[in-house]
Amino acid sequence: MYYVTGLSHVFLAMTLSPLLLGIINRVKARFAGRRGQPLCQLYYDLFKLLRKGAVYSRTTTWVFRIGPMGTLAAVVMALLFVPLTGFGACVSFSGDLLLMAYLLGVGRFLTVLAAMDTGSAFEGLGASREVFFSALTEPSLILALAALCKLTGQLSLEGMYGTLAMAGTAPMVLPLVSAVMMIVLLAENARMPVDDPNTHLELTMIHEVMVLDHSGPDLAMIQYGAAIKLWIFSALLVGVLIPIRTGMVVVDGLIGLVGIGVIAVVVGIMESTMARLRLLHVPQLLSIGLVLSLVSLILVMR
Amino acid sequence: MATWMDVTAVLVILLNLRLLCTSRLGTCIQTVAQQAVLLGLIAFLQHGSDLGVELILIVLSSVAIKAGLLPWLLFRSLRQCNTSREVVPFVGFSLSGLIGLAMLAVCFSMADRLALSELPCQTLLIATGLFTIVTGLFLIVSRKKAITQVLGYLVMENGIWAFGIAFALQEPLLVEMGVLLDVLVGVFVMGITINHINREFDHIDTDQLSVLRD
Repeated sequence: MYYVTGLSHVFLAMTLSPLLLGIINRVKARFAGRRGQPLCQLYYDLFKLLRKGAVYSRTTTWVFRIGPMGTLAAVVMALLFVPLTGFGACVSFSGDLLLMAYLLGVGRFLTVLAAMDTGSAFEGLGASREVFFSALTEPSLILALAALCKLTGQLSLEGMYGTLAMAGTAPMVLPLVSAVMMIVLLAENARMPVDDPNTHLELTMIHEVMVLDHSGPDLAMIQYGAAIKLWIFSALLVGVLIPIRTGMVVVDGLIGLVGIGVIAVVVGIMESTMARLRLLHVPQLLSIGLVLSLVSLILVMR
Repeated sequence: MATWMDVTAVLVILLNLRLLCTSRLGTCIQTVAQQAVLLGLIAFLQHGSDLGVELILIVLSSVAIKAGLLPWLLFRSLRQCNTSREVVPFVGFSLSGLIGLAMLAVCFSMADRLALSELPCQTLLIATGLFTIVTGLFLIVSRKKAITQVLGYLVMENGIWAFGIAFALQEPLLVEMGVLLDVLVGVFVMGITINHINREFDHIDTDQLSVLRD
Protein backbone atom coordinates (compact mmCIF):
# COMPACT_ATOMS: atom_id res chain seq x y z
CA MET A 1 0.00 0.00 0.00
CA TYR A 2 2.81 2.32 1.01
CA TYR A 3 4.63 1.84 -2.29
CA VAL A 4 1.43 2.05 -4.30
CA THR A 5 0.52 5.51 -3.04
CA GLY A 6 4.14 6.70 -3.26
CA LEU A 7 4.51 5.47 -6.83
CA SER A 8 1.15 6.92 -7.79
CA HIS A 9 2.33 10.31 -6.50
CA VAL A 10 5.44 10.08 -8.68
CA PHE A 11 3.28 9.06 -11.64
CA LEU A 12 0.80 11.90 -11.05
CA ALA A 13 3.60 14.43 -10.62
CA MET A 14 5.27 13.32 -13.84
CA THR A 15 2.04 13.48 -15.84
CA LEU A 16 0.31 16.49 -14.28
CA SER A 17 3.20 18.88 -13.56
CA PRO A 18 3.15 20.55 -17.02
CA LEU A 19 -0.48 21.37 -16.29
CA LEU A 20 0.63 23.64 -13.40
CA LEU A 21 2.32 26.03 -15.80
CA GLY A 22 -0.83 25.91 -17.95
CA ILE A 23 -2.91 26.94 -14.93
CA ILE A 24 -0.52 29.78 -14.08
CA ASN A 25 -0.61 31.04 -17.67
CA ARG A 26 -4.41 30.78 -17.79
CA VAL A 27 -4.77 32.83 -14.59
CA LYS A 28 -2.37 35.45 -15.92
CA ALA A 29 -4.29 35.62 -19.20
CA ARG A 30 -7.62 36.06 -17.38
CA PHE A 31 -6.14 38.92 -15.35
CA ALA A 32 -4.95 40.58 -18.54
CA GLY A 33 -8.38 40.12 -20.17
CA ARG A 34 -7.15 37.57 -22.69
CA ARG A 35 -8.40 34.06 -23.32
CA GLY A 36 -4.91 32.67 -23.07
CA GLN A 37 -3.17 29.64 -24.44
CA PRO A 38 -4.65 26.15 -23.95
CA LEU A 39 -4.20 24.62 -20.52
CA CYS A 40 -2.16 21.81 -22.06
CA GLN A 41 0.13 24.09 -24.06
CA LEU A 42 3.28 22.81 -22.36
CA TYR A 43 2.42 19.22 -23.34
CA TYR A 44 2.15 20.30 -26.99
CA ASP A 45 5.42 22.19 -26.70
CA LEU A 46 7.17 19.20 -25.15
CA PHE A 47 5.96 16.83 -27.87
CA LYS A 48 6.91 19.31 -30.59
CA LEU A 49 10.40 19.72 -29.14
CA LEU A 50 10.89 15.97 -28.73
CA ARG A 51 10.26 15.41 -32.44
CA LYS A 52 12.89 17.95 -33.42
CA GLY A 53 16.64 17.49 -33.63
CA ALA A 54 19.09 19.30 -31.38
CA VAL A 55 21.64 21.82 -32.61
CA TYR A 56 24.99 21.86 -30.86
CA SER A 57 27.51 24.65 -31.11
CA ARG A 58 31.05 23.58 -32.06
CA THR A 59 32.49 25.25 -28.97
CA THR A 60 30.47 23.06 -26.62
CA THR A 61 31.64 19.74 -25.20
CA TRP A 62 29.98 16.70 -23.61
CA VAL A 63 29.27 18.81 -20.52
CA PHE A 64 26.70 20.75 -22.51
CA ARG A 65 25.01 17.54 -23.66
CA ILE A 66 24.69 15.88 -20.27
CA GLY A 67 23.42 19.11 -18.66
CA PRO A 68 19.68 18.72 -19.48
CA MET A 69 19.65 14.94 -18.96
CA GLY A 70 21.45 15.19 -15.62
CA THR A 71 19.18 18.01 -14.46
CA LEU A 72 16.01 16.09 -15.30
CA ALA A 73 17.38 12.92 -13.69
CA ALA A 74 18.30 14.77 -10.48
CA VAL A 75 14.90 16.46 -10.27
CA VAL A 76 13.01 13.20 -10.81
CA MET A 77 15.15 11.51 -8.17
CA ALA A 78 14.37 14.36 -5.75
CA LEU A 79 10.67 13.82 -6.51
CA LEU A 80 10.93 10.27 -5.10
CA PHE A 81 11.50 11.65 -1.60
CA VAL A 82 8.75 14.27 -1.66
CA PRO A 83 5.48 13.43 0.11
CA LEU A 84 2.16 14.93 -0.93
CA THR A 85 -0.81 15.05 1.44
CA GLY A 86 -2.55 11.69 1.08
CA PHE A 87 0.11 10.09 -1.08
CA GLY A 88 3.32 9.93 0.91
CA ALA A 89 6.81 9.64 -0.47
CA CYS A 90 7.97 6.80 -2.69
CA VAL A 91 11.29 6.35 -0.87
CA SER A 92 11.89 7.53 2.66
CA PHE A 93 14.72 7.20 5.14
CA SER A 94 16.17 9.23 7.97
CA GLY A 95 17.84 12.38 6.65
CA ASP A 96 16.40 12.19 3.14
CA LEU A 97 15.48 15.87 3.26
CA LEU A 98 19.14 16.77 2.83
CA LEU A 99 19.43 14.40 -0.11
CA MET A 100 16.29 15.95 -1.64
CA ALA A 101 17.62 19.50 -1.22
CA TYR A 102 21.02 18.66 -2.63
CA LEU A 103 19.70 16.61 -5.54
CA LEU A 104 17.94 19.82 -6.58
CA GLY A 105 21.32 21.49 -6.03
CA VAL A 106 23.02 18.95 -8.32
CA GLY A 107 20.40 19.66 -10.98
CA ARG A 108 21.10 23.37 -10.76
CA PHE A 109 24.85 22.77 -10.81
CA LEU A 110 24.58 20.79 -14.05
CA THR A 111 22.42 23.50 -15.68
CA VAL A 112 24.98 26.10 -14.65
CA LEU A 113 27.87 24.00 -16.00
CA ALA A 114 26.08 23.54 -19.32
CA ALA A 115 25.48 27.28 -19.51
CA MET A 116 29.14 28.04 -18.78
CA ASP A 117 30.22 25.47 -21.35
CA THR A 118 28.75 27.51 -24.20
CA GLY A 119 31.37 30.17 -23.52
CA SER A 120 28.80 32.92 -23.94
CA ALA A 121 29.26 35.88 -21.62
CA PHE A 122 25.50 36.29 -21.58
CA GLU A 123 24.91 32.81 -20.19
CA GLY A 124 27.75 33.24 -17.72
CA LEU A 125 25.88 36.28 -16.39
CA GLY A 126 22.71 34.25 -15.90
CA ALA A 127 24.66 31.42 -14.27
CA SER A 128 26.29 33.83 -11.85
CA ARG A 129 22.90 35.27 -10.84
CA GLU A 130 21.32 31.84 -10.51
CA VAL A 131 24.10 30.62 -8.22
CA PHE A 132 24.04 33.81 -6.16
CA PHE A 133 20.29 33.62 -5.54
CA SER A 134 20.29 29.90 -4.88
CA ALA A 135 23.06 30.41 -2.32
CA LEU A 136 20.50 32.54 -0.47
CA THR A 137 17.46 30.30 -0.92
CA GLU A 138 19.16 27.01 -0.03
CA PRO A 139 19.86 27.92 3.62
CA SER A 140 16.26 29.19 3.97
CA LEU A 141 14.88 25.87 2.72
CA ILE A 142 17.23 23.77 4.87
CA LEU A 143 16.57 25.86 7.99
CA ALA A 144 12.80 25.75 7.46
CA LEU A 145 12.96 21.96 7.06
CA ALA A 146 15.20 21.79 10.14
CA ALA A 147 12.52 23.68 12.09
CA LEU A 148 9.95 21.10 10.97
CA CYS A 149 12.36 18.30 11.96
CA LYS A 150 12.75 19.72 15.44
CA LEU A 151 9.00 20.30 15.71
CA THR A 152 8.04 16.73 14.82
CA GLY A 153 11.16 14.89 15.96
CA GLN A 154 11.34 13.08 12.61
CA LEU A 155 14.29 13.15 10.25
CA SER A 156 12.63 12.03 7.02
CA LEU A 157 10.37 14.16 4.83
CA GLU A 158 7.66 11.51 4.88
CA GLY A 159 7.78 11.13 8.67
CA MET A 160 7.90 14.89 9.18
CA TYR A 161 4.93 15.72 6.98
CA GLY A 162 2.97 12.73 8.23
CA THR A 163 3.14 13.80 11.87
CA LEU A 164 2.88 17.54 11.33
CA ALA A 165 -0.80 17.59 12.31
CA MET A 166 -0.11 16.04 15.70
CA ALA A 167 2.86 18.22 16.62
CA GLY A 168 1.39 21.69 16.82
CA THR A 169 2.76 23.11 20.06
CA ALA A 170 5.18 25.79 18.93
CA PRO A 171 3.29 28.95 17.97
CA MET A 172 3.33 30.43 14.49
CA VAL A 173 5.96 28.01 13.23
CA LEU A 174 3.80 26.59 10.44
CA PRO A 175 2.78 30.02 9.03
CA LEU A 176 6.40 31.17 9.17
CA VAL A 177 7.64 28.01 7.46
CA SER A 178 4.91 28.36 4.81
CA ALA A 179 6.01 31.93 4.10
CA VAL A 180 9.61 30.75 3.74
CA MET A 181 8.52 27.92 1.43
CA MET A 182 6.54 30.37 -0.71
CA ILE A 183 9.56 32.66 -1.12
CA VAL A 184 11.77 29.67 -1.91
CA LEU A 185 9.20 28.40 -4.42
CA LEU A 186 9.10 31.73 -6.23
CA ALA A 187 12.88 32.09 -6.28
CA GLU A 188 13.76 28.50 -7.20
CA ASN A 189 11.24 28.33 -10.02
CA ALA A 190 12.16 31.76 -11.41
CA ARG A 191 8.64 33.11 -10.88
CA MET A 192 7.56 36.74 -10.77
CA PRO A 193 8.91 38.88 -7.96
CA VAL A 194 12.33 37.31 -8.51
CA ASP A 195 12.49 36.58 -12.21
CA ASP A 196 10.10 37.19 -15.08
CA PRO A 197 9.60 33.94 -16.99
CA ASN A 198 8.23 35.77 -20.05
CA THR A 199 11.01 38.18 -20.89
CA HIS A 200 14.13 37.54 -22.84
CA LEU A 201 15.74 40.78 -21.82
CA GLU A 202 19.32 40.52 -20.71
CA LEU A 203 18.98 42.94 -17.80
CA THR A 204 16.34 40.92 -16.02
CA MET A 205 16.87 37.30 -16.94
CA ILE A 206 18.16 34.75 -14.50
CA HIS A 207 16.98 31.28 -15.33
CA GLU A 208 15.83 31.71 -18.92
CA VAL A 209 19.18 33.01 -20.06
CA MET A 210 20.99 29.82 -19.08
CA VAL A 211 18.96 27.64 -21.42
CA LEU A 212 19.13 29.86 -24.51
CA ASP A 213 21.52 27.56 -26.36
CA HIS A 214 19.58 24.37 -25.76
CA SER A 215 17.25 23.14 -28.47
CA GLY A 216 15.00 20.23 -29.38
CA PRO A 217 14.80 17.34 -26.90
CA ASP A 218 17.32 19.06 -24.60
CA LEU A 219 15.03 22.07 -24.21
CA ALA A 220 12.08 19.74 -23.68
CA MET A 221 13.94 18.02 -20.85
CA ILE A 222 14.77 21.37 -19.26
CA GLN A 223 11.19 22.62 -19.42
CA TYR A 224 9.83 19.33 -18.14
CA GLY A 225 12.37 19.36 -15.29
CA ALA A 226 11.34 22.91 -14.39
CA ALA A 227 7.68 21.83 -14.27
CA ILE A 228 8.48 18.89 -11.96
CA LYS A 229 10.54 21.20 -9.74
CA LEU A 230 7.52 23.51 -9.43
CA TRP A 231 5.44 20.46 -8.44
CA ILE A 232 8.01 19.45 -5.79
CA PHE A 233 8.01 22.85 -4.10
CA SER A 234 4.20 23.12 -4.34
CA ALA A 235 3.86 19.71 -2.70
CA LEU A 236 6.19 20.75 0.12
CA LEU A 237 4.20 23.97 0.60
CA VAL A 238 0.81 22.21 0.56
CA GLY A 239 2.02 19.81 3.26
CA VAL A 240 2.86 22.71 5.57
CA LEU A 241 -0.18 24.84 4.74
CA ILE A 242 -2.72 22.03 5.19
CA PRO A 243 -1.15 19.64 7.70
CA ILE A 244 -4.38 17.72 8.31
CA ARG A 245 -4.56 14.01 7.54
CA THR A 246 -8.07 12.60 7.69
CA GLY A 247 -6.84 9.04 7.28
CA MET A 248 -8.98 8.39 4.21
CA VAL A 249 -6.64 8.06 1.23
CA VAL A 250 -9.10 9.45 -1.31
CA VAL A 251 -9.99 12.58 0.69
CA ASP A 252 -6.36 13.31 1.58
CA GLY A 253 -5.26 12.77 -2.00
CA LEU A 254 -7.92 15.16 -3.25
CA ILE A 255 -6.83 17.74 -0.66
CA GLY A 256 -3.23 17.40 -1.86
CA LEU A 257 -4.01 17.67 -5.58
CA VAL A 258 -6.47 20.54 -5.18
CA GLY A 259 -3.96 22.28 -2.89
CA ILE A 260 -1.28 22.10 -5.58
CA GLY A 261 -3.74 23.52 -8.11
CA VAL A 262 -4.63 26.36 -5.73
CA ILE A 263 -0.96 27.18 -5.26
CA ALA A 264 -0.56 27.41 -9.05
CA VAL A 265 -3.53 29.83 -9.11
CA VAL A 266 -1.97 31.88 -6.28
CA VAL A 267 1.33 32.06 -8.15
CA GLY A 268 -0.59 33.22 -11.23
CA ILE A 269 -2.40 35.91 -9.23
CA MET A 270 0.87 37.09 -7.69
CA GLU A 271 2.47 37.29 -11.10
CA SER A 272 -0.40 39.35 -12.47
CA THR A 273 -0.57 41.79 -9.57
CA MET A 274 3.05 42.25 -8.59
CA ALA A 275 5.93 43.88 -10.40
CA ARG A 276 9.24 42.15 -10.72
CA LEU A 277 11.69 43.31 -8.08
CA ARG A 278 14.76 45.20 -9.15
CA LEU A 279 17.67 42.80 -9.31
CA LEU A 280 19.37 44.60 -6.42
CA HIS A 281 16.30 44.09 -4.23
CA VAL A 282 15.97 40.35 -4.85
CA PRO A 283 18.62 39.46 -2.23
CA GLN A 284 16.58 41.49 0.27
CA LEU A 285 13.47 39.39 -0.42
CA LEU A 286 15.52 36.23 -0.11
CA SER A 287 17.10 37.38 3.13
CA ILE A 288 13.59 37.99 4.49
CA GLY A 289 13.06 34.28 3.83
CA LEU A 290 16.28 33.50 5.65
CA VAL A 291 15.30 35.66 8.63
CA LEU A 292 11.84 34.07 8.84
CA SER A 293 13.29 30.56 8.72
CA LEU A 294 15.78 31.44 11.47
CA VAL A 295 12.99 32.91 13.62
CA SER A 296 10.92 29.75 13.19
CA LEU A 297 13.95 27.65 14.12
CA ILE A 298 14.55 29.76 17.25
CA LEU A 299 10.86 29.45 18.19
CA VAL A 300 11.04 25.67 17.86
CA MET A 301 14.38 25.31 19.62
CA ARG A 302 13.47 27.14 22.81
CA MET B 1 -6.37 32.43 24.33
CA ALA B 2 -2.80 31.26 24.73
CA THR B 3 -2.34 30.56 21.03
CA TRP B 4 -3.63 33.98 19.95
CA MET B 5 -1.26 35.54 22.45
CA ASP B 6 1.61 33.53 21.03
CA VAL B 7 0.71 34.68 17.53
CA THR B 8 0.66 38.32 18.64
CA ALA B 9 3.97 37.93 20.48
CA VAL B 10 5.62 36.42 17.39
CA LEU B 11 4.20 39.29 15.30
CA VAL B 12 5.82 41.75 17.72
CA ILE B 13 9.14 39.92 17.25
CA LEU B 14 8.75 40.12 13.47
CA LEU B 15 7.98 43.85 13.68
CA ASN B 16 11.21 44.28 15.66
CA LEU B 17 13.16 42.59 12.89
CA ARG B 18 11.37 44.80 10.36
CA LEU B 19 12.50 47.85 12.31
CA LEU B 20 16.08 46.65 12.12
CA CYS B 21 15.96 45.97 8.38
CA THR B 22 13.85 48.77 6.93
CA SER B 23 15.41 51.84 5.42
CA ARG B 24 12.42 54.21 5.47
CA LEU B 25 11.81 56.49 8.44
CA GLY B 26 8.05 56.59 7.84
CA THR B 27 7.86 52.80 7.86
CA CYS B 28 9.83 52.73 11.11
CA ILE B 29 7.38 55.10 12.82
CA GLN B 30 4.38 53.09 11.56
CA THR B 31 5.99 49.86 12.73
CA VAL B 32 6.46 51.22 16.24
CA ALA B 33 2.80 52.28 16.29
CA GLN B 34 1.64 48.84 15.09
CA GLN B 35 3.78 47.27 17.76
CA ALA B 36 2.10 49.38 20.43
CA VAL B 37 -1.36 48.28 19.21
CA LEU B 38 -0.31 44.61 19.26
CA LEU B 39 1.08 44.98 22.78
CA GLY B 40 -2.20 46.51 23.93
CA LEU B 41 -3.95 43.49 22.40
CA ILE B 42 -1.60 41.17 24.30
CA ALA B 43 -2.60 42.83 27.57
CA PHE B 44 -6.25 41.92 26.91
CA LEU B 45 -5.45 38.43 25.65
CA GLN B 46 -3.20 37.68 28.59
CA HIS B 47 -5.48 38.80 31.39
CA GLY B 48 -8.88 39.00 29.74
CA SER B 49 -11.58 39.37 32.34
CA ASP B 50 -9.15 39.77 35.25
CA LEU B 51 -8.42 43.34 34.20
CA GLY B 52 -10.31 45.91 36.26
CA VAL B 53 -11.76 49.11 34.86
CA GLU B 54 -8.68 50.99 35.99
CA LEU B 55 -6.28 48.70 34.19
CA ILE B 56 -8.41 48.72 31.01
CA LEU B 57 -8.32 52.51 31.00
CA ILE B 58 -4.58 52.47 31.53
CA VAL B 59 -4.05 50.03 28.64
CA LEU B 60 -6.34 52.01 26.31
CA SER B 61 -4.78 55.37 27.08
CA SER B 62 -1.29 53.97 26.75
CA VAL B 63 -2.13 52.50 23.33
CA ALA B 64 -3.74 55.77 22.28
CA ILE B 65 -0.63 57.71 23.25
CA LYS B 66 1.87 55.31 21.72
CA ALA B 67 -0.02 54.48 18.54
CA GLY B 68 -1.70 57.82 17.97
CA LEU B 69 -0.13 60.85 19.62
CA LEU B 70 3.57 59.99 19.49
CA PRO B 71 3.63 58.81 15.85
CA TRP B 72 1.72 61.99 14.91
CA LEU B 73 4.34 64.08 16.71
CA LEU B 74 7.17 62.20 15.02
CA PHE B 75 5.61 62.52 11.57
CA ARG B 76 5.11 66.23 12.25
CA SER B 77 8.75 66.81 13.17
CA LEU B 78 9.76 64.67 10.17
CA ARG B 79 7.77 67.00 7.88
CA GLN B 80 9.08 70.15 9.51
CA CYS B 81 12.71 69.09 9.30
CA ASN B 82 12.56 68.55 5.53
CA THR B 83 15.03 65.79 6.14
CA SER B 84 15.40 62.88 3.74
CA ARG B 85 13.11 59.99 4.51
CA GLU B 86 15.96 57.51 4.79
CA VAL B 87 17.40 55.99 7.93
CA VAL B 88 21.16 56.56 8.09
CA PRO B 89 22.73 53.56 9.82
CA PHE B 90 26.19 52.98 11.26
CA VAL B 91 25.52 49.26 10.89
CA GLY B 92 24.10 48.05 7.57
CA PHE B 93 20.54 46.75 7.31
CA SER B 94 21.39 43.11 6.60
CA LEU B 95 23.98 43.07 9.37
CA SER B 96 21.46 44.70 11.72
CA GLY B 97 19.01 41.91 10.87
CA LEU B 98 21.61 39.23 11.58
CA ILE B 99 22.60 40.88 14.87
CA GLY B 100 18.88 41.07 15.66
CA LEU B 101 18.53 37.31 15.12
CA ALA B 102 21.51 36.64 17.37
CA MET B 103 19.97 38.90 20.03
CA LEU B 104 16.67 37.04 19.64
CA ALA B 105 18.36 33.71 20.29
CA VAL B 106 20.13 35.13 23.36
CA CYS B 107 16.86 36.64 24.65
CA PHE B 108 15.05 33.30 24.33
CA SER B 109 17.76 31.43 26.20
CA MET B 110 17.80 34.17 28.86
CA ALA B 111 14.02 34.03 29.26
CA ASP B 112 14.28 30.28 29.80
CA ARG B 113 17.11 30.65 32.32
CA LEU B 114 15.39 33.40 34.28
CA ALA B 115 12.44 31.06 34.89
CA LEU B 116 10.28 33.90 36.12
CA SER B 117 7.12 31.97 35.43
CA GLU B 118 6.04 28.39 34.96
CA LEU B 119 3.69 29.13 32.07
CA PRO B 120 5.33 28.71 28.65
CA CYS B 121 3.28 31.48 27.04
CA GLN B 122 4.60 33.89 29.66
CA THR B 123 8.15 32.80 28.85
CA LEU B 124 7.49 33.73 25.21
CA LEU B 125 6.14 37.10 26.34
CA ILE B 126 9.17 37.72 28.55
CA ALA B 127 11.51 36.81 25.68
CA THR B 128 9.56 39.17 23.40
CA GLY B 129 9.86 41.96 25.95
CA LEU B 130 13.59 41.44 26.38
CA PHE B 131 14.12 41.33 22.63
CA THR B 132 12.10 44.51 22.14
CA ILE B 133 14.15 46.32 24.79
CA VAL B 134 17.43 45.14 23.23
CA THR B 135 16.19 46.15 19.76
CA GLY B 136 15.42 49.62 21.06
CA LEU B 137 18.89 49.94 22.57
CA PHE B 138 20.48 48.69 19.36
CA LEU B 139 18.48 51.23 17.30
CA ILE B 140 19.67 54.02 19.59
CA VAL B 141 23.36 53.20 19.18
CA SER B 142 23.37 52.13 15.54
CA ARG B 143 21.47 54.89 13.76
CA LYS B 144 22.66 58.40 13.02
CA LYS B 145 19.59 60.60 13.02
CA ALA B 146 18.12 62.07 16.17
CA ILE B 147 14.64 60.96 15.15
CA THR B 148 15.66 57.30 14.99
CA GLN B 149 17.03 57.63 18.51
CA VAL B 150 13.63 58.83 19.70
CA LEU B 151 12.18 55.78 17.94
CA GLY B 152 14.68 53.61 19.77
CA TYR B 153 13.40 54.93 23.10
CA LEU B 154 9.83 54.24 22.02
CA VAL B 155 10.69 50.67 21.07
CA MET B 156 12.39 50.24 24.43
CA GLU B 157 9.26 51.51 26.12
CA ASN B 158 7.23 48.94 24.16
CA GLY B 159 9.59 46.28 25.46
CA ILE B 160 9.19 47.41 29.07
CA TRP B 161 5.44 47.35 28.52
CA ALA B 162 5.56 43.76 27.20
CA PHE B 163 7.64 42.83 30.21
CA GLY B 164 5.17 44.59 32.48
CA ILE B 165 2.13 42.80 31.01
CA ALA B 166 3.57 39.44 32.02
CA PHE B 167 3.26 40.55 35.62
CA ALA B 168 0.43 43.06 35.26
CA LEU B 169 -1.68 41.61 38.04
CA GLN B 170 1.16 41.30 40.55
CA GLU B 171 2.88 44.56 39.71
CA PRO B 172 0.25 47.06 38.61
CA LEU B 173 0.52 48.72 35.24
CA LEU B 174 0.69 52.03 37.08
CA VAL B 175 4.47 51.66 37.21
CA GLU B 176 4.29 51.24 33.47
CA MET B 177 2.30 54.48 33.25
CA GLY B 178 5.17 56.24 35.00
CA VAL B 179 7.60 54.96 32.39
CA LEU B 180 5.22 56.01 29.63
CA LEU B 181 5.02 59.50 31.09
CA ASP B 182 8.80 59.73 31.11
CA VAL B 183 9.00 58.65 27.50
CA LEU B 184 6.22 61.05 26.55
CA VAL B 185 8.08 63.97 28.05
CA GLY B 186 11.26 62.65 26.47
CA VAL B 187 9.70 62.57 23.02
CA PHE B 188 8.35 66.09 23.47
CA VAL B 189 11.76 67.38 24.50
CA MET B 190 13.49 65.47 21.72
CA GLY B 191 10.94 66.77 19.21
CA ILE B 192 11.72 70.32 20.20
CA THR B 193 15.44 69.59 20.24
CA ILE B 194 15.29 68.04 16.78
CA ASN B 195 13.62 71.20 15.52
CA HIS B 196 16.30 73.35 17.10
CA ILE B 197 19.16 71.18 15.82
CA ASN B 198 17.57 71.33 12.39
CA ARG B 199 17.19 75.11 12.48
CA GLU B 200 20.82 75.62 13.55
CA PHE B 201 22.63 73.08 11.40
CA ASP B 202 20.27 72.20 8.50
CA HIS B 203 20.46 68.50 9.43
CA ILE B 204 19.65 66.21 12.35
CA ASP B 205 22.76 64.09 12.17
CA THR B 206 23.91 63.36 15.73
CA ASP B 207 27.18 61.94 14.49
CA GLN B 208 28.36 65.38 13.50
CA LEU B 209 27.17 66.95 16.75
CA SER B 210 29.72 64.97 18.73
CA VAL B 211 32.62 67.01 17.37
CA LEU B 212 31.10 70.29 18.57
CA ARG B 213 32.97 72.16 21.29
CA ASP B 214 31.66 75.09 23.26
